[in-house]
Amino acid sequence: MTGGGTALRIEGLHKSFGDLEVLRGIDLDVAEHEVVCLIGSSGSGKSTLLRCINLLEPIDRGRIVVEGDEITARGVNVNRIRRRIGIVFQAYNLFPHMRVLDNVSLAPRKVLGLSRSDAEARAIELLERIGLADKARDYPDRLSGGQQQRVAIARALAMEPDLLLLDEITSALDPELVAEVLNLIRELAGKGMTMLIATHEMSFAREIANRVCFLDAGRILEIAPPAEMFSAPREPRTQQFLQRVIDAGRL
Amino acid sequence: MPPGEAVRSSAIALVSTVVVFGVLAVAITSAPNWPEVQHSFFNPEIFDRSLPKVVGAFGANVALFVIAEILVLAFGLVLAILRGLPGPALFPLRLLATIYVDLFRAVPGLLVIYLLGFGIPGLGIEGVPSDVFVYGVLGLTLVYAAYVSEVYRAGIDSVHWSQEAAARSLGLNRYQTLRHVIVPQAIRRIIPPLLNDFIGLQKDTVLVSTLGVVEIFRQGQILKSATFNFTPFVAIALVFVVITIPLARLTDWLVARDRSRQVAR
Repeated sequence: MTGGGTALRIEGLHKSFGDLEVLRGIDLDVAEHEVVCLIGSSGSGKSTLLRCINLLEPIDRGRIVVEGDEITARGVNVNRIRRRIGIVFQAYNLFPHMRVLDNVSLAPRKVLGLSRSDAEARAIELLERIGLADKARDYPDRLSGGQQQRVAIARALAMEPDLLLLDEITSALDPELVAEVLNLIRELAGKGMTMLIATHEMSFAREIANRVCFLDAGRILEIAPPAEMFSAPREPRTQQFLQRVIDAGRL
Repeated sequence: MPPGEAVRSSAIALVSTVVVFGVLAVAITSAPNWPEVQHSFFNPEIFDRSLPKVVGAFGANVALFVIAEILVLAFGLVLAILRGLPGPALFPLRLLATIYVDLFRAVPGLLVIYLLGFGIPGLGIEGVPSDVFVYGVLGLTLVYAAYVSEVYRAGIDSVHWSQEAAARSLGLNRYQTLRHVIVPQAIRRIIPPLLNDFIGLQKDTVLVSTLGVVEIFRQGQILKSATFNFTPFVAIALVFVVITIPLARLTDWLVARDRSRQVAR
C-alpha cells in the first residue's frame, strides 16, 4: 500500500433494487494514491458499488467517507461531492451534441465557475496530454471508441477529482483499442491518482493495482495484493472465478 | 445504378405521373357541373383581384402565429419540465401541469379562443386588455403549449439516462443538466413534430376570425360576400400552402445538416 491518509472509506454498505440485494455489507478503505481493482463476475455488484460512491444511486445502509467527509450524511450537497469524485463509464457517455472541447470544458465552466477561456485552456492541455488535441473541434461520433473513452477520462480529470472511479472502461472497446486507454490509466496511476477500478482485464489489474478485491454476490469475498490474489487465492469462489478467466484465455 | 438505367427510371416516372394527373384532370373537368364549379371556385378574374387583399390580411395571421409560437415553445417546455420533476414534495406542481395539459388538449381550440375573447373582457376588470388580438394569441398559446409540452416530454424521455448520469457525476445540478445536456439533445430529435404543431398553429390562426380580427379568413368572407364567389378561399388555401412547404423543406435541411455534423460519415 502507498502512504498517506484514507481517500475513501466504505462501511457496511447495503444497496437493494426492489427485492434484489445487490450490495450486502461492503467494507473497504482506499488510501490516497492507491489503486484498487474490483474483479468479479457480472452482477457481483462492481458497477453498483461505483455508482453508490458517486451518489448516482442512493444507498440503503452504511457510510461512505471521502477525504474525511461523510458523503452519505443527510443534507450534504451532492453536487459539491460529485466534483471531487470523477467517474468514467463503460459506454463513455460523452455528450453527442457537443464538440470534444465542450465536452471537457462544460463542467469546469458551469460547476467550478471558470471563464470560457480558462476552461478551454485547461481542456486543451488535457487533450494534448492524451494526444487528442487535434480532435478538439470534432463531435464525439467522429472519434474511435478508444479516443472517445480517452476524452471521457479527460472530461473527468478536468474537474481535478480527488478520486477517480472507472467502471469497466475497456469493455465496450475493440481489442486493438484497449491498450491506448489502459496506457492512459497507467500514466495516471504513475502520477499518484487515487483510483477504484472495476475491470475484467486481469493482467492489467495484476500490473497496476496495489490491491485487488474479489466481489461475489454483493460482498467483498477476498482482498489481497495482486501477486497473492492471482497466484494463491484463498477462497474457493475466487479460485473458481480465476480458473474460468484463465480458461477463457484472459489471464 | 448505371446511367442508362437512371434515365429509364426517370422516364417511367415522368410518363406515369403525366398519365395519372391527365386522367384525373379529364375526370374532374368532364363532371356534369364542372363549369359552375369552375366559375364559383376557380374564377381567374376574381382570383387576381382577391389575392392582393388576402395576402394583405395575412399579416395579422403571421403576427398571431409568430408571437404565439414563441410563447408556445417557452411555455410548453416549462410544462414538460414541471411534469418531469422528481420527488413527493413537488407532486402538486406535477399534478397542476398534468391537469393543464389534459384540459387544454381536450377542449376544442375554437372554444378556448371564443371563451377567452368574450369572457375575459366581459369581466369588466380594470386594466384587462380590450384588444381581441391579445385573446387570439392567448388562446392559441394555451392550446398549443399543451400539445407541444407532450412533444417536449417525449423528447426529454428519449435521451438515455446515462447522459443524465454523466452530467450529474460531473457535479452539474439538475437545472444545468437539463439546460446543457438533456434539452439540447431532446430538441434536436423533436424538430419534425414541433414543426408539425407549428403548421397546425399557423392554420388555426383563422379561428381568431371569430373574435372579429380581420385576418385572412375574415378577409375571405368579406370578399365572398362582395363577389358571391368562393374563389377568394381558394386563394387563401394557396397562401397557406405557399408558406408551409418552404418551411418544411427548411426544417428537413436543418435536421440533415445537424445530423451530418454530429454523426461520423
